[in-house]
Amino acid sequence: MELAAQRSFEWCEGWGMASGSHARVLRPRGLDELRECLAAARDGGASFALRGGGCSYGDANTTSRGVVLDLSRWNARLDFDTRSGVADVDPGVTVRQLWQSILPRGHWPAVVSGTMFPTLAGAAAMNIHGKNAWRVGPIGDCILEFDLVDAAGELRTCTRTTHPELFHAAIAGAGSLGVFTRLRLSTKRVHSGELLVRAKRTANLAETMEWMESRLGTADYLVAWIDCFKDGEASGRGVIHEGRHLRPDEEADPERSLSVARQELPARIAGVFPKSEVWRFLRLANNDAGMRFVNAAKHLAGEIEERQGWYRQSHAAFAFLLDYVPNWKWAYGRSELRGLVQHQLFVPKERAKEVFLAVLERDRRAGHASYLGVVKRHRADAFWLTHGLDGWSLALDYKVEPARRVELMAHLDGNTRLVLEAGGRLYLAKDSVMGVEDARRMWGGERLARFGALKRELDPRGLFQSDQHRRVFGADFAALS
Amino acid sequence: MKLGNHTRAIVVGASSGIGAALVEALVARGARVAALARREGELRSLEARLRPAGEASGARLVVRAHDSSRVDEVAPLFEELFEELGGVDLVVYAAAIMPKTAPDEYDTTRDLEQIAVNVGGCIAWGNAAARLDSSQRSGVLVGISSIAGERGRKGNPVYGATKAALNHYLEALRNRLAERGAHVVTIKPGFVATRMTAGMEKPLWLIAPEEAARQILSAVESRANERFVPCRWWMVAFVIRNIPSFIFKRLSI
Repeated sequence: MELAAQRSFEWCEGWGMASGSHARVLRPRGLDELRECLAAARDGGASFALRGGGCSYGDANTTSRGVVLDLSRWNARLDFDTRSGVADVDPGVTVRQLWQSILPRGHWPAVVSGTMFPTLAGAAAMNIHGKNAWRVGPIGDCILEFDLVDAAGELRTCTRTTHPELFHAAIAGAGSLGVFTRLRLSTKRVHSGELLVRAKRTANLAETMEWMESRLGTADYLVAWIDCFKDGEASGRGVIHEGRHLRPDEEADPERSLSVARQELPARIAGVFPKSEVWRFLRLANNDAGMRFVNAAKHLAGEIEERQGWYRQSHAAFAFLLDYVPNWKWAYGRSELRGLVQHQLFVPKERAKEVFLAVLERDRRAGHASYLGVVKRHRADAFWLTHGLDGWSLALDYKVEPARRVELMAHLDGNTRLVLEAGGRLYLAKDSVMGVEDARRMWGGERLARFGALKRELDPRGLFQSDQHRRVFGADFAALS
Repeated sequence: MKLGNHTRAIVVGASSGIGAALVEALVARGARVAALARREGELRSLEARLRPAGEASGARLVVRAHDSSRVDEVAPLFEELFEELGGVDLVVYAAAIMPKTAPDEYDTTRDLEQIAVNVGGCIAWGNAAARLDSSQRSGVLVGISSIAGERGRKGNPVYGATKAALNHYLEALRNRLAERGAHVVTIKPGFVATRMTAGMEKPLWLIAPEEAARQILSAVESRANERFVPCRWWMVAFVIRNIPSFIFKRLSI
C-alpha cells in the first residue's frame, strides 16, 4: 500500500548507540498520515516502536520486530500565548524549537533535559526531568492537556480532570498506549536570558548531598557531577552547580539578553578549532586511565570555578551540557554496537547515600567505573510508570565494548537489585536492563494491572511495542493482569 | 573499503554499459549484488552470462526490473533488496539516457524524461542510501556522472545539465555524510565503448566498459571523492572549465 508518510529503511539505535536494529521508518507529518500508517499496520499485522528525537539511551525507541514510527517531522505548529505562558505544539516540536521560540518572549520551558533535541511528544512519553526536578517535578507536571491517538486511530483530548487515569498513564507510559499528537504545556516566566551560577567543590558524596540539601529551598537548579574513580573517603567527590533565575531588577537589558543569538553555544573553541571535531580527541582519552585523569582534572578545575563565586551563564549553556561538544558520544566508538549505556538509579532520600556508595564501590571493584556520574534531587509525582520519588538519582554512563557487553549487563543488573531492595526505581529513558519482575517490583502488580487494562482498551492487538516494551512488560502484555 | 565477498551492492542501471561491467566485476570478486534495470530481458541474459563466474567466486546475483524514473518504487525495493542481500554497503547509480539531439531540437518532453532518469532516479536512490548510510555510519554511494557535466556544450544541453546537477547533488551529499562516516564517490567517465558512444566518430581515449569498471571500483576502494575515468580526463576538464564564455560559445565542441 502506498503511504503518504515519508518512508525509509535505516539503522535505528538508542541514543547510547549500544543497541539497535535495521528497520523501516515511517514519518507521518499530520493526523491523516498517522491514521493511514496505523490502518496499514493493523491490516498488515505490523507493530510500531514510537520514536521522536531518538534521545532515549536504550531500546525505548527501537524495534527488532516491527516498524519505527518517527514523529519528529510532525513539527510545524508551535503556538504560544505570551500572556499565559502556555504553549500548544505538534508532537515533533523539539525542546530546542520551544525554547528558541519562547525565550525572546520572556519564557523558558519549565522542564528541559540535558540535550535540547528530544521532541516534546518523546519528552512526555518518557516524562523527562531537569536539574530542577525536586522543585517543579518532571515534564508531566507542566503538561496541561494532550491529544492521544490510540491503535484504532481514535483521538482523545485528555486533561487531569477529564481523563485522570489516562493522563497519568500515558505520560511516562513510554509510547505503549498511543501516539501523542498535540501537547499543551505551561512554561516559566524569565526576566533574563542568563542565570546566576556558582560552583561548589565537594570532598565526597556525603558533602555533595548535604550541600545540595542545604540549597533546596533557595536554588532553582542543582546538579552535581561526581568522580566515580575515586575510592575510600573521597568516593563521590565532585562539583555541584547551582543556578538561580535573575529578578527583573537584576537584568539591565532584558531584550538583548533574551535574544536567541545570545544563547547559541559557540561553534569553535578559542575562535579557531571547530568543536565538531573535538570528539576525535576525546576518543583518545576514552579508556579507564584517560577518564580517571579527566575526572580528576575536572575536580581540580572545580576549585578554580568555586573561587570565582557567582557568575552569569546563558540558559542554553547551563541547561544543555550534553550539546556542548557535538557528537561527544562518538568518543565511545562509532562502529556497530559500541557506545554507552546510562543507568540512572533513583533511591528514596533515606537510603540514597548508602546505596550510591555501594554501587560506586561495586562498579570500581568490577572494573566498570562509570566515566560520568551525575547526582540530582527529585520529588514524587502521580504518573503511573514514573521514575520520580522523594529522593535522589545517580546517573552513570558506562562504556560498552563487544567483549565485555554481557558481563556489563549482568553487572548493571546487580546494581538494579541494590536499588530495588532500597525501594528505588529506574527510568525507562535510560534503561537497557530492566526485566518483567523488576517492573512489578518497582511499580507494583496492581498498578501494572491497571496499566495493562488501559493497554487492552487502547491497543488490544499490541500495535505499540518497542524492544524495551517487550523486555519490561513481556511479549504478552495481557499476562500482566 | 575493500570490496570482496563480504560486499553487498546494489547497481541501478545494470543491463548494459558501465553498469553491467560493474556487476560483472563485483560478481568476479564474490560479492552479493543486486542488478536493476528497466530491460528485464537483458538482465536475464546478464544473469545467465555471469552464472559460471558467480559459481566460481561464490557470488550471489539477484536481478530486478526497475524503471529508475519510477521513484515511488525505490523505498520498498531498497528495503526488499536490503533483506535479500543481508545488508547494503554499496549503491551504484549508473542509469542514464542520452537521446540523440539535433542542433535545432528543443523537445521539452524528451528533455524532462532525461531529467527523470538521470537526475530524479539518482536522487531517489541517493536519498535512500544516504538515510541508511548516515544512520549506520558506514556505506558508500557511487554516482556515475560524466565529463559532459563540466561545461554547457552545444551538442546535448540537457544531458550535460543532468550530469552537472548530479555532480552538485553528489558533492553536497558527500559533505553531509562525511561527518557520519559514510561516503559518496562522483565518477566522471570520458568516452566508454557503450551503446551511448556507438556511432560516434573516433571518440577520444575510448576505453572498454570493463576497464571503466575496474577503475571505478578502485576509486571506491581508495575512497576517492571525484574520479575521472580514465584519470587523464582531468586535464581536459581543467582546460574546458577555464575557457572564457566569449570564446567557448564560438567553439564547436
